[in-house]
Amino acid sequence: MATHDDAVTQDGAIDAPADPRRRDYLAIGAVAWAGVGAGVVALPLINQMSPSADVLALSTTELDVSAIQPGQSVKASFRKQPLFVRNLTQKEIDEANAVPVSDLRDPQTLAQRTKEGKQNWLITLGVCTHLGCVPLGAGEGENKGPFGGYFCPCHGSAYDTAGRIRTGPAPTNLHVPEYEFISDTAIRVG
Amino acid sequence: MVRIGGFIVGVGFVFALLLGIFDTVYNWIKEPPAATAEHEFHAHPKKVDFSFNGFFGKYDNRQLQRGLQVYKEVCAACHSLRLVSFRDLEALGYSEGQVKTIAKGFQVPSLNPETGEPATRDGSPADRFPLVYANDVAARAANNNAIPPDLSLMAKARHDGSNYVYSLLTGYKDQKGYKNEKGEELLKHFPEAKTPEGLHFNPYFATLNLAMAQPLKDGQVTYSDGTAATLDNYAKDVSAFLTWTAEPKMEARKTAGLATLIFLVIFCFLAYGAKKQIWRNVKD
Amino acid sequence: MSFPWAKQYEPKHPVMKWVDDRLPLPRFVYNAVGAGYPVPRNLNYFWNFGVLAGMFLAFQLVTGIVLAMHYAANAGIAFDSVEHIMRDVNAGWFLRYAHANGASMFLLVVYIHIARGLWYGSYKAPREMVWLLGVVIFLLMMATAFMGYVLPWGQMSFWGAQVITGFFSAIPGVGETIRVWLLGGFAPDNAALNRFFSLHYLLPFVIVGVVILHIWALHIPGSSNPTGVEVKSEQDTVPFHPYYTAKDGVGVGVALLVFAALIFFAPNMLGHPDNYVPANPLSTPAHIVPEWYFLPFYAILKSFTIDFIFPAKLWGVLAMFGSILLLFFLPWLDTSPVRSANYRPTYKWFLLVLLVDVLVLGYIGGASPTPGVILIGQIATVYYFLHFLVILPIVSAMERPRPLPNSITEAVLGGKGGTAQTALAAE
Repeated sequence: MATHDDAVTQDGAIDAPADPRRRDYLAIGAVAWAGVGAGVVALPLINQMSPSADVLALSTTELDVSAIQPGQSVKASFRKQPLFVRNLTQKEIDEANAVPVSDLRDPQTLAQRTKEGKQNWLITLGVCTHLGCVPLGAGEGENKGPFGGYFCPCHGSAYDTAGRIRTGPAPTNLHVPEYEFISDTAIRVG
Repeated sequence: MVRIGGFIVGVGFVFALLLGIFDTVYNWIKEPPAATAEHEFHAHPKKVDFSFNGFFGKYDNRQLQRGLQVYKEVCAACHSLRLVSFRDLEALGYSEGQVKTIAKGFQVPSLNPETGEPATRDGSPADRFPLVYANDVAARAANNNAIPPDLSLMAKARHDGSNYVYSLLTGYKDQKGYKNEKGEELLKHFPEAKTPEGLHFNPYFATLNLAMAQPLKDGQVTYSDGTAATLDNYAKDVSAFLTWTAEPKMEARKTAGLATLIFLVIFCFLAYGAKKQIWRNVKD
Repeated sequence: MSFPWAKQYEPKHPVMKWVDDRLPLPRFVYNAVGAGYPVPRNLNYFWNFGVLAGMFLAFQLVTGIVLAMHYAANAGIAFDSVEHIMRDVNAGWFLRYAHANGASMFLLVVYIHIARGLWYGSYKAPREMVWLLGVVIFLLMMATAFMGYVLPWGQMSFWGAQVITGFFSAIPGVGETIRVWLLGGFAPDNAALNRFFSLHYLLPFVIVGVVILHIWALHIPGSSNPTGVEVKSEQDTVPFHPYYTAKDGVGVGVALLVFAALIFFAPNMLGHPDNYVPANPLSTPAHIVPEWYFLPFYAILKSFTIDFIFPAKLWGVLAMFGSILLLFFLPWLDTSPVRSANYRPTYKWFLLVLLVDVLVLGYIGGASPTPGVILIGQIATVYYFLHFLVILPIVSAMERPRPLPNSITEAVLGGKGGTAQTALAAE
């Protein structure tokens, strides 16, 4: 047994290592293993902020559109935001197709904004792309604006019969969400 | 100063306690507390060998599906399951389409879009199981002044819940001649414990008599997978189902737990080794 | 204070030097928990529990803040919001169980930490302030834990709040007014729930502040040690890093094992099934019990059954709070010049009896109140107050302690707690 106390070693590094190969590795290993653990634990802490299961369940909406006559539109809800579902008349379709695409701020044809064979169904979010107000024109008797589509009363953005921005401060057309026809009379959005 | 003050306070408390001790002993001798019927005759839950018991336990999806069937055909008449969403049932092994069908079988609250009056509509997967009664008053009116409790958490809301549900459902007995483990007969010892009108005797229930009549009997529900249509099976299956409704994440929890414990055991060895290494030259 | 032989901070990395020159935080950490803080070399594993308490405080803060992103503190939806967390929030069940069981772990670790303090006389001069701040932390923890348990708004949440706030009405005269003011109503309801949530979120940060003071006050004289003999020379100490960072690592591993076993395999063992039943002011549960960490104090409360000058209820409330408040006076009740119970042969037996006594009180607090249970509780409460207020002052003044080692090094190297003679012979 040592007669002098070698606890005077203040720091493991100063002490001449008895076995340099084994020195420190356990400590490094333990800290690294703990680091792995910390990283794994961080995952649920971060992931808990992602949408919860009930929010994800409401991320799709199904709608029966059979009651909507040509020329009519309804306001529905999609992910807690307004959804405009409009059944265009032939006149409105022709009006939309007559506009030269190069004239548009956000160039898109009606065909690009609808499904093939269902060009009369215009489905867009009812959220003005300027600052987020709900435009008029989807409800019975509401002001459809100078282009016969939608009109935002907040700052005067006017959308045409294809929901495209024509005048006013909004930068882009009304957003068309992902949707599909699950039957001739029903759509699934989202 | 502190010691003197403390001493006085201490003596004060001790004196008040000694009075209490004297009183307790005196009353204990003079008037020993009478045994109660509940204490002597309440039965502890029977133990069921559920598949989900233990460290490595898992739910048996077939059993949970049978339990759901029992719930729908029998219990749902009075008991809600309001914390469970239909979409959760996919965990039981149902497909999206099957879940939609199950959901459609329930009516959920809605509004008449024209008049704004309350109405109902077919359930969809995003909905939860609907309430059975509009409110507590309606529930009491329909059930002899008792409210059938919601069952979503029943397996966690009672001590030893899974076994309790099974024992309760299979535990209805005839009070006449009922004896406990010690062989004492209930009505002989506690004649005032006779089941009141409108209640039913069940020793597994805390107060021995409950408002619910025996809800399950042999042959009541027909299983499509060939499991025997007995009360015992119904009780086991619905109890397993209610355990799932209370703890839908149990399997994920145990799996994560196993991985975590293994990780931590390894960490403890590494940490201990590192500690010994670092302290090797220091006698402590 | 640092010992004169403490290593000085000398940043090698240029970035560290840059930071340190402008904000001496690196130096501060080095001197507090790094190689610049000499610590007695003979600390045993009971000295881990302070760090473990800090760790669980951090866990509670993190899990709590994250849970608060999903919880709704309104009496109509609080219960359902907790179930929303358990069922729909990603890993919500893990966060909830971690927070609930984390509270138990935090209090368990703190109780052992306090027991260490009692055994080794850590509360004695010059560390009285560390102890006083510690008792303040303990009181804040108990308030935080109580309010946290109310938040799920289950049956026990509601009735526990009812019982605890009912204590205030025991105060003569103003008691009822204070109670109604606290609750914002005549019974626990939405007003109480909302303010408890606000305070439950606030107090842990107050605890952090007091913990900083607690550690600061400790670092002035430095840590005590199992012999109770102060540090005399460099040989008595080792630098905190890497020696005690490593030793704390082991303690952390074991504590996490216990924690994980609870969360993943027995998450509801320490809880009460009644709290999975939504609060119902019209239906009292058969047995209202607080969480396990309050049981000893609950037993003390229930032990006073006779009106004597004061009503029994007031005695109970005074005794319950008194049982914790007397801890503030411990450094002045105990007059022995010897710190560690290892060297106090008479006192240490009383201390062991106290430990058993507190465990008995804990059991009694949760048991059905039969005459036998009440009687044992009363006797155990008698001992508790006798111990601190009568036995301790007398024994500490009269006791003949064992001879102390001359130094820590001597105690460690001499083997059997040597005397001056053996130390000389060994050199």
